[in-house]
Parts: sequence; C-alpha cells; structure tokens
Amino acid sequence: MMRKGEPLSLDTASLPAIELVGIDKRFGAVHANKNINLTVAKGSIHGIIGENGAGKSTLMSILYGFYQADQGEIRISGTPVAIRDSQAAITAGIGMVHQHFMLVENFTVLENVMLGAEGGQLLAKGVTGVRRELKRLEQDYGLEVDPDAVIEELPVGNQQRVEILKALYRGAEILILDEPTGVLTPAEADHLFRILQVLRDQGKTIILITHKLREIMAITDTVSVMRRGEMVATRKTAETTVEELAELMVGRRVLLRVEKSEANPGAVLLSVRNLTVKDSRGVTMVDDVSFDVRAGEIVGIAGVAGNGQSELLEAIAGIRKPTSGEIFIEGKPVQGADPSRLRALGLAHIPEDRHHMGLVLKFEEYENSILGYHRDQRYGRGGMLDLEAVRKEAEEKIAKYDIRPPNPRLRTANFSGGNQQKIVVAREIERDPKMLIIGQPTRGVDIGAIEFIHRRIIDTRDAGKAVLLVSVELDEIRSLSDRILVMFAGRVVGEKTAEADEQALGLMMAGIAA
Amino acid sequence: MTTASVSLPGWISYGVIPLLNLLLALFFSGLVVWWIGEDPFEALKFLVQGALGRGDAIGFTLFYATSFIFTGLSVAVAFHAGLFNIGSEGQAYVGGLGAALVALALDRYVPWYVTMPFAILGAAAFGAAWAFIPAWLQAKRGSHIVITTIMFNFIGAALMVYLLVHVLIVPGKMAPETRTFLPGGQLPKLDWLMALFGLKLGPAPFNVSFLIALVMCFLVWLLIWRTKLGYEMRTLGISPSAAVYAGIPYVRTVIIAMLISGGLAGMMSLNAVMGASARLQVEFVAGAGFVGIAVSLMGRSHPVGIVLAAILFGVLYQGGADLSFEMPNITRDMIVVIQGLVILFAGALEYMLRPALVRLYQPFGRT
Repeated sequence: MMRKGEPLSLDTASLPAIELVGIDKRFGAVHANKNINLTVAKGSIHGIIGENGAGKSTLMSILYGFYQADQGEIRISGTPVAIRDSQAAITAGIGMVHQHFMLVENFTVLENVMLGAEGGQLLAKGVTGVRRELKRLEQDYGLEVDPDAVIEELPVGNQQRVEILKALYRGAEILILDEPTGVLTPAEADHLFRILQVLRDQGKTIILITHKLREIMAITDTVSVMRRGEMVATRKTAETTVEELAELMVGRRVLLRVEKSEANPGAVLLSVRNLTVKDSRGVTMVDDVSFDVRAGEIVGIAGVAGNGQSELLEAIAGIRKPTSGEIFIEGKPVQGADPSRLRALGLAHIPEDRHHMGLVLKFEEYENSILGYHRDQRYGRGGMLDLEAVRKEAEEKIAKYDIRPPNPRLRTANFSGGNQQKIVVAREIERDPKMLIIGQPTRGVDIGAIEFIHRRIIDTRDAGKAVLLVSVELDEIRSLSDRILVMFAGRVVGEKTAEADEQALGLMMAGIAA
Repeated sequence: MTTASVSLPGWISYGVIPLLNLLLALFFSGLVVWWIGEDPFEALKFLVQGALGRGDAIGFTLFYATSFIFTGLSVAVAFHAGLFNIGSEGQAYVGGLGAALVALALDRYVPWYVTMPFAILGAAAFGAAWAFIPAWLQAKRGSHIVITTIMFNFIGAALMVYLLVHVLIVPGKMAPETRTFLPGGQLPKLDWLMALFGLKLGPAPFNVSFLIALVMCFLVWLLIWRTKLGYEMRTLGISPSAAVYAGIPYVRTVIIAMLISGGLAGMMSLNAVMGASARLQVEFVAGAGFVGIAVSLMGRSHPVGIVLAAILFGVLYQGGADLSFEMPNITRDMIVVIQGLVILFAGALEYMLRPALVRLYQPFGRT
C-alpha cells in the first residue's frame, strides 16, 4: 500500500492516516454500522464501496463528526481523537466533499473558500490571505479556478474543485469524497481523478465513496466493501476484479444484465414535438426535443444529470409547463394538461425523486398507495375516503410486490429505499396504464429490488405499454432500453440502439460527438 | 437519520410530552409567583379552585374553552393544508357581524332554535369571507398568508369599529354596540347539562355553542382524515411537491382550506355574541383567535387534543382571573405571563424535550 518515493519521514509515514477501531452505530432499530474496522494508509486513495444503505455514509458522517459512534475509536496518525462536530474534524485535518455541494451559489470562489475562516471582523486581511493561498494550491495541485468567478456561473466540475479547495485551505490532510462523479460528465470525472492522483502523490490521503465499480478499479489503491452495516472485505485494487467486488457487495452472484426478449413495437402512444422548456430563471433546459414512444418498447434517455432529462420528464408528466412545442397522447394534444388529467388518459409516472414527489414520507403506506389516484370512485364514493377499500388494495400490492415490512399502517419514511420505490412502482404499474414514464427507477435502491423493478418494467413493456425511461446510470439504460436517445445541454443529440458501444454513448453524453 | 425521524409511540407523543411541557410551564410560573413574594402552591390552589371549584367557575371555564375550540379548529384546519392562519382573531370578529345580523333580523319572529342554523351559516360565511382575500392572495399572488392574515386582523378591527360606531349603534346611545337580542336571537345556557352533574351554572354564560363546537370537532376530524379533500389538504400541507405530482390543485385547495378555517373562526362569535352578551360589541373576541394558535399547537392539530388544550386555556383564563382577585400581588399582567409560559412550553418548545425522550425510550423500543 505504501507508495514509492513516499516524501514523509519514516516515523509518521509508518502510521496509517486513519484507523477506525470497532465503530458501532445504531439508529433505533437500524444497526447502521456493526463493529467496523478500517485502516487507511497515508498517501493512498482508498475506495469504500457498497450498496445504498450499506452504511458508507453513516461511517463517513461519524468520521466527519455529524454523528457520534455508540462505540469504537477513531485514530488519526495513530492518535485517538474525539470528533464531536465538523469543526473538530477540520482541526483533525479531515476535509469532506459532499455529494451535494455546500457552496453559497451567489458568492465568488474566494468568498466561498473564506467562509468560516475569515480571520477577523474585517475581511481585507482574510481576502489577501485566501488569494495567496489559492495561488499556491493551484501551483501545487493543478487546481485552477478563477478566484473571482461566481459559483453559479461555474460548470459543475469546477464547483467541485472549489469544494476541494475549501477543504485544502482549511489544512485537510485527509479528503473524503462522497459519490463525487454523480454530477460529472465522463471528461470532468477524468479530470477529477487526475487531481486526486496529484493530491495523493503530494502525500494527501483520499477516501472515495462510490457505488460505481469502474471508478474503484480506475483510481483506488485499496478498496473496502461494505454490506448491511458490516465491512465485509478489504482488497488491494490491483488484486481484485469487478466481479469479485460486485459479489462482495451483494453477497451473491449478480446478474449484471437483464434478460429480455425482442421488443415488438406497435402504434405510437406518446409523441413529443419540438418541446422547449425554460426554468423559472428563463434558462432553456429542454431545447426543441422531438421523439415518439410506441406501444411495446422501452425508450431510454441517457445523459449526465442536469442536461434537461428531469425537466423533459416533468413536462411530459404535466408538472412543468412547456414553453413551446407539443405533446400528444394517442394523437391528442395534451401539453399544459395537469397531472390528474394525464393520469386519466393512461399516463403513469414514476418520478425521479420519490422523497419529494412520489411519496409523502409522513403518510402511512396505504395513504401513499393512492397518491394521484385518490379521486377515483373505487377509493370511496363522492368526496369520502373509504379507508377499508384503500387498505385492502394496499395489502394486495404489498403482497404482490413483496414490500417489507408488509404493514400498510407503517409510516412510509420507515421503509427502506428499495421498498419505498416498490410502493411507487406498484401504485403506478398496477393501475394498468397505457404509458409509463420513469425517472431514475433504481436510485438509492438495493440490488435485490433493482432486479425486481427492472423485471416489472420489462413486463410492462411486454404487456404492450409504451415506456419512457430516464436514468443517469448508463448501464441501466443500456440493459433495459430498446432504443436510446442521448441528451446533452437540453437537446437530443443522437439515437442509438441498445447494442451501441459504451465509448460512443459516453462521448455523445459529453456533447463531443453526435 | 436524526432523532426527529425516530417515531415515538402515541402515548409518549400525545401524552407524556404535553404533560411534561405543562409541568415545566407550571414550574417556571411557580418561580415567577415565588419571586414576587407569594406562595406558588397557594396560587396554584386558587387557580384550580377558581377554574374548577364551583359550578359557575366550571361554567366560565367551559365558556372560554368553547371559544378556544372554535379558533383552535380554525388554526388546525389551515395548518393541515400547510397554511399558518394568524387571522382567526379577525375572522372571528367579522364572523360576529354575520351572527349579529341574523340575530337582529330574526329574533323578533322565531324561537332561538330556528335562528341558530342561520346564525351558524351567517357567522361562518362572514368569517370565511374575511379569510378569502388572504387565501386568494396566497394562492394566486404568492403573498404570504401569515402577513396578510395579520393585516386583515387590523383591517377587520377597524371595519367593525366603524360599523358599530356609525351604522349598528342604537340611535341615542353612547356604547358602540347593537341593541340587545331578544331571546329568539340568543343561544340558551346549558344549565341542564351542568345539573346532570349536580352543579349549578349560576351567572356563567356556558351555552349551546359548546355543543356546536363539539359537533364541529367531529366534522373537522371527518374532513381531515376521512374525505378526499382532507387527504389533498394533508398532502399539500406535508409535501407541496408531492401535491403537484399528484395533480392536487394548489389554488383550489388553499382557498377551500382557508374558507373552512375562516368559517370555524367566525363561529366563535356564536359563543361570545349570541351566547354571552346577546349583542355585538367592540373587541368581543378578546384574543381568543390568538389563543387558538396555541391551542392548535398544543393539541397537535387534532380535534381531541384541541378540546383538551382549549379546556386547559379555559382554566388559565378563568382561574387566572380568580387568582388575581385572591392575590392582589398577582395582577392580570402576571396571569398573562403565566399564560405566555404555557404557550411557550406547550406550543413553541414542543420539540425541546423530544430528543431526550427519544434517547430514553430507544433502548426499550427496539423490536
């Protein structure tokens, strides 16, 4: 694990940067971390991989002081430390780059870096100090960002660099990156990896949390696998394979590709013509998009997050009003129709964000099982709600979709991500719609539920429905779709078949080739 | 996961926590009483006896509680739809106009039980009308309902004073009030109900509107938890984005919720105008609309909780009046301080004790 040319002196270099000894954490009945032991060598890139809910984020939150471990010890360079809050973590030399950036959008880079480290009541001194320090960091690590640029005007990749600069400015020796590539284009991700390698070569220690096996293989020196709150294995990256890691993550052999038969497309059910959507600031998010979805086919929309897929989906679902263009359901123009009318026309929608759209987390499960369809007379005549009928149907869906725990009276927030998603999927598919539009069907869902949900989506297709699928997981798009449309900067930049080669798709997603 | 998302069983959330909050409030009130040189235990005794010691005391307590039930329900209904209606005070005030107009029009011709349904409709309609404009501004223009309802309290107060001084006043009289309603425009007292428990109501104005309030509690429960409209209001209240996804019309739901809320506030006037004073007077609401906010918070926006919280505040109002009479050192203002402490602990600091209780409960709650 120790790298050649290690610049540190022997006595400290021999000590690991981080040691976690017997870390244990419970949230109520959930045992999030079970007796975790982890050693990360100084000057290395260490990957932590595991499914959602495996306990990666909890473990890192303990390391960064968001939570306190119930038991166990954290040692930094051999010294036991108590990390009570993020301030203590910073003092101990730990910096964190969150999945969702913690930046003030309308501040400049310099102001963001300085935030919380102003060094006095008057800013002038801090400003010169930060400017000088940014210059040095740029030279040392190749982290070039214009200090006077306003954050919201920077590309996502550069915003992330600001997060890294913030951590380095505070003297971080250990950097934790939580799913850092989720919002990046493949090219930006490559750039990030080069930066991380430079940082490692300069002696920084990096912990990379991800669920993407490819990234682990590409950049880490060592990798630990978490499953259900336990650290199940640690490997040298050079000595392991993608297959082994996938198996360790899930605990069994994984079917990496979904079995499905040839598509049998029929009549066009959903058409989009010259659709343009602008957001509230007038920025064009969807730009002149046209396509058709036929009965019995799955059309996938690939793209890096933030290239207009979400807005496209919301416009079709009636949640967002299109600026111009037309949407047809079976030839009928429906742009501007509200979601309840679209449901009546047979359009079911599994939204990207189940926490804020697909579910009301404070509701009991059965209440969510009718969301959007609650005005249906089968759930009570007139304006009354027939709770008996609703619960009975909820129980049927729970049985059919193996939703656990099988209790319609349980608060939805208390279900796991996979089971929450199954509640949404069951509600939308069991209404027997003509069209199904889906955003990120398996985000934050465990692999067992992923297989199940994928199976349901293909069954829906085979039952002659038109399916439109949006996902930022290229593997998911490729294994489910019959046709793939690639979106970049709001436009559909190309169409490929499911057999298309990944490299070509990746280039299109980055807007490089059409 | 933080402690906020850990669910506690109902008996802790709805029983232990409010009780502990109340005890804390009493403890600090006791400190205040002790600090001004009176015996806190003696004061508590006076307070409880003054509120519950005799038939007429209970009558007064329940009379106040009736007003608080109406305004508490008003705040709760809006709250379920995610709207913080601070305007129950003004809606109750304007609702009084509706009740008074019905009573003035009918009291000469028909008995009270014929007047009553029209008075309920009149009070509710005027209260709802006063809530409509803030509701419309919120739904259509995005003007924040907290600000607009506060403004409408002032506008409503000015309007009522104008009407009472210039329009409704009895010619030749000095007092800004309507003529006294005849029995056909009054709501009778509930002495028979008190007699069932062997108590004498005496001069207390405990009247039929208490029963109307209980019926409204049931109807509000039915609305919120057993109708599709209630389902839509709760969805909107908890997750506006999920409501958009579900196709729940924002404008319509906000306006309907506020109309119902304003209507319930308006009905508070049945108790004060037709049940107690038998005429419309200036400032008859006397803060009941604002107490409704505390009652709704403490009662967790549930009708049963609201009835209990309303009775508690009734006790504080009536017992407090008696206490300041018995202990002249404890002025009316001191009583307001004590009420404020109860509001602070029971309402505003509702979640202060929760994390500690979650920690205490967790070792036992594991399945």
